Formats: sequence, structure tokens, C-alpha cells
Amino acid sequence: MADVIKCATRDAYGKALKELGKRDNVLVLDADLAKATKTITFKKEFPEKFIDCGIAEGNMMGIAAGLSTVGYTVFASSFAMFAAGRAFEQVRNSIAYPKLNVKIGATHAGISVGEDGASHQCCEDIALMRSIPNMVIINPADDVEAYQAVLAAADYEGPVYMRFGRLAVPRVNSEDYKFELGKGVTLKDGNDVTIVATGLMVNEALLAAEELKAEGIDARVINIHTIKPIDKEILVKAAKETGVIVTAEEHSIIGGLGSAVAEVLSEECPVPVLRLGVEDTFGKSGPALELLKIFGLDAKHIAEKARKAVTIK
Amino acid sequence: MENTKKLELKKLACKVRMGVIEGTFNAKSGHPGGSLSIADIITYLYFNEMNVDPKNPAWEDRDRLVLSKGHTAPALYSALALKGFFPFDLIKTLRKPDSMLQGHPSMRYTPGVDMSTGSLGQGISAAVGMALGAKLKNEDFRVYTALGDGEIEEGQVWEAAMFAGNHKLDNLVAVVDFNNLQIDGSLDEVNSPCPIDEKFAAFGWNVIVINGHCFDEIDEAFKKAKECKGKPTCIVAKTVKGKGVSFMENQCDWHGSAPNAEQYEQAMKELGEALAALEV
Repeated sequence: MADVIKCATRDAYGKALKELGKRDNVLVLDADLAKATKTITFKKEFPEKFIDCGIAEGNMMGIAAGLSTVGYTVFASSFAMFAAGRAFEQVRNSIAYPKLNVKIGATHAGISVGEDGASHQCCEDIALMRSIPNMVIINPADDVEAYQAVLAAADYEGPVYMRFGRLAVPRVNSEDYKFELGKGVTLKDGNDVTIVATGLMVNEALLAAEELKAEGIDARVINIHTIKPIDKEILVKAAKETGVIVTAEEHSIIGGLGSAVAEVLSEECPVPVLRLGVEDTFGKSGPALELLKIFGLDAKHIAEKARKAVTIK
Repeated sequence: MENTKKLELKKLACKVRMGVIEGTFNAKSGHPGGSLSIADIITYLYFNEMNVDPKNPAWEDRDRLVLSKGHTAPALYSALALKGFFPFDLIKTLRKPDSMLQGHPSMRYTPGVDMSTGSLGQGISAAVGMALGAKLKNEDFRVYTALGDGEIEEGQVWEAAMFAGNHKLDNLVAVVDFNNLQIDGSLDEVNSPCPIDEKFAAFGWNVIVINGHCFDEIDEAFKKAKECKGKPTCIVAKTVKGKGVSFMENQCDWHGSAPNAEQYEQAMKELGEALAALEV
């Protein structure tokens, strides 16, 4: 078996921005984190289209809004904590309410930030962004998906929140993968249980499914890269056909993918939904891979949930 | 400033003030105090300064106004209506369901509104983005924003001011409506942002202090702003909250409450008399 390629989704963000720089109307804004968010990749190629707003995320979102009103497609970048957290209200009132064409590139999402610890490990951003009308939310599983998602966001007219990670993660999609905004992807078929995953948990879900297969449990794996608007159809179909759902995300179990899935199914096809994510707690410092294990965000814990799931359906 | 023009602006400002009273009275809510204090500036902007086309509100080369002190929307709506963006009668629908006139400005509801505002401190950032956009596109439209003096207690205002100064946005003019009153009392009693002029100067702005109800001074300030190169301009306009309605003047309680029927009659009578005196 060939070696698995590992790449951080933030790297794909930088690469995709560089591609988008060929378009006349694209601008990239950052708040003094260009090296970390990888907007530096764009800046090197298109310095005249890159604007560093300094450490002032709220103002950056307002500037992005203003620029978009004069015809630019604006990418505003920072860490998830500051883009969705600190600048929440600017995103809500200055970008989403007037439905302006601003794309928020939020890197360093989740526990896998690692050593920087809880102050920087944003596990609430999906919940925050999901509550805002007009907002589209994309949380890609790997670099292939992230790259295409950025291009798709540029082609979409309106606000988009894109969630990227700092950690290099295994590639799950092939080079010929085609990203479709708002469409979930069935990566593995199965009829005993469905694992609905997003972001770096998609790869873990696939590993968990292999583990379960050896035990005779046939798990379906669905990648939900677009958390809003969510693909109801694929979820309802999975609920009907497998009778029980496990969700997996590197985000709080409150307000994220698990909540979104439960909201859909409780109204359209009630089946048990078991949520795996960060359990209403803050993160802490440590190496990213160790932390993911400590917080139960890995294949082992997904498999455990799935085993439990098949017993209660 | 030429007397005929000045007289015309004075009359229009009077009508803008009548619109403020009409709107807030019918809505039974809203913010007359600050709307009346900024009325002369907004009148000047739409009738002597800004290049806009009521028939084509989305015209790309138009000048823009971001009403950062969004709660004073009644003054903006009145000026837009008088300019011809929509019928003046709509002022009576202010804040009602199905009205295009929201409690705070919304660019998706109202033709002529260039940015949705209302959450204090945010409008100036959008104005800075527009001014930067004009520079990047080599377009010569100008961007105006009006801030409340209480509003500039918001930290975001200074983030925006720092950026605008550093980027030498000389196509941007921010007017601070310095009426010295906010909801909880005078600036001093709450958390004074003074000295306002020195603060903006320290952030790299060209600062002009004027009487915000004197059209000669307003006219001179905006002309100087246009001549100033390499710096954004801040016009600190000393104003009277509630200006033009005797019982509302300098009363912070009129920040966010509407006149009752009796007060409405009184206010309209005063403004009507002021208008009649100008029309003699």
C-alpha cells in the first residue's frame, strides 16, 4: 500500500488562494497571521491584492464588508477563535445581515491546534456560525477537498465560513474528487450503522469502519463537508436504511455537526443519534495527535460509539 | 457659501427634521435626538456634496455614506426621500412590518442606503473598506461616514481610524456628531472619549472642528477635506442634540424616545414656523 499523503487543510487554503489571485476581483485580508493561516502563499504572489489589517479582527471583517460592496470577492483570514469568536458580531451584522460576498478563512480550528492550548483551540466556531442566517459553513476533510472548497466558495455569491486545521492530516479523497457545495459524500456503504463525520474525523471514521468490519459490523461512512446548508437527503436516507447514526467532529458536541444532524433527523426521521466530539469542555496544551486521543477524537472512540449504537437501534 | 444655496439647505434641513418627527411619532419609537443633531450635516451631504443618482441607487461611481450612528436612520431616510430615492410619505411607515424603512439602516431594504449599520462602531470599518476599494480600483468616488460621539467609545472605531490613517485614505471623511450626550448622560458622566480632535489627529487624520449647524462652516470643512491629500479627514461637528425642537434640545432623554401626540403637534408647529420664516 502506498504511503498516505498528509497535508494540513490550511496549506490547501493558501494554495487555492494563490490560484484565485489570477482573478481580478479577489482580495485577501489577514490580521497579522499570514504565515500561520497560509495567506502568505497568496501574499508572495499577489502583494498588491493582500491587505494586512493588523491585530484587529473586528475591523478586518468590516473592511472586508466595505470592500465587497464595491465589487470585490474578499477572503478575510484569522484563527477560528478570532474570526468566529472575537469578530462574531461584525460577521453577523456587517457581513451576513447584508449578505455580502465575504469568505471567512478560519484556520487553527479545534483541539488539533496542539501546544498553544485552550485559548486558541476553538471548538465553538461551527455552533456560532451555524446560528447566523445567510451563512454557509464548510469544514473540509483533507487538502484535496479544502482546495476545491475554497474555489467553490469564491464562485458562490454570499458569505461563507471555511474551517481549516493546523495539523497535517491524511488525505482521504483521490485527486479526481469533485467537491459539490451542500452535498454529503458517502465514502463507504454499509447498513448496520452510519458514521457521519466532518473535518479530520472523516479519516478516523473510515479507520473505525474498517475496525468494525472485522467484527462483522457493516458501517456506512458519510462525509459532511458543508455543515450549512446541510444535506438532509443523505442523512434521512442513512437514517432509514441503517436505523442509527453516530456523528464525529473535532468541535463541541453542542451546536456543531452532531446537533445539526440531530435537528434534521428528530424532525424528518427520528432514530438514535450518538454524538462524538469535544464534551463541553476546554482543550489544553499538548501535541496534537496525543490531544486528539485524550479528547476521544479518534477511530477507537468512534468504533466504541458505533458498537454501542448497533445495540440500541 | 452662496446665500441662495444656504437658504435652500436650511429649508431642506427643516424638512429633514420634520421627517424625523413624523417618522418617530408614527413608529412610536426611534431616535429623534441624534437624528436632529446630524440633520444639517446629512442635508449638506445629499444636497451639496455627494454625487448620487436617485434613479440609479447602485451606480458604481457614486459617493457613499455609511451612517455608522445607524440609530439616526430617520434623518437619513428623510434626506433620501427628499432627494427622490423613494416617496416622502413612506417616512410614516418607519419601523413597521413590511416597511422598507427598518429601525436601523439596511442596504437590502432601502434604496440609497449604502451599508447596513446599527451596531455602533462597525460602520466606520465598512466605510474604510469602501474608501480602500476606491483606491485599489483607481476610482475617484468619495466615502463619508457619520459617527456619534458616544459611539467612538467603541474600540473598533480606533482600529478603523488607525487603518485609515496608515493607508492615507484621503477619499474618506468621518463626521463625529459631537452633541455631548449619550443614553446614560453626558459624555463626562459616562466615559468621555474627549479630546476627540487630538485623538483623531494622533491616528494620522486631518481634523477640522466646526459648528455642525452652520452651513458656512460645514461647507468650508468639506471643501478643505477634499483639498487635503494623504490623510483622511475627521470633521468634529459640535452640535445640539434635539436641534430644532425646543423641548428636545440638549435633553438626553430624547435620545431614544418618540414624541406623543401633543409633543408631535408642538414639534411640527415649531419646525413649520421655522420653515415658513425661511420661505418669506
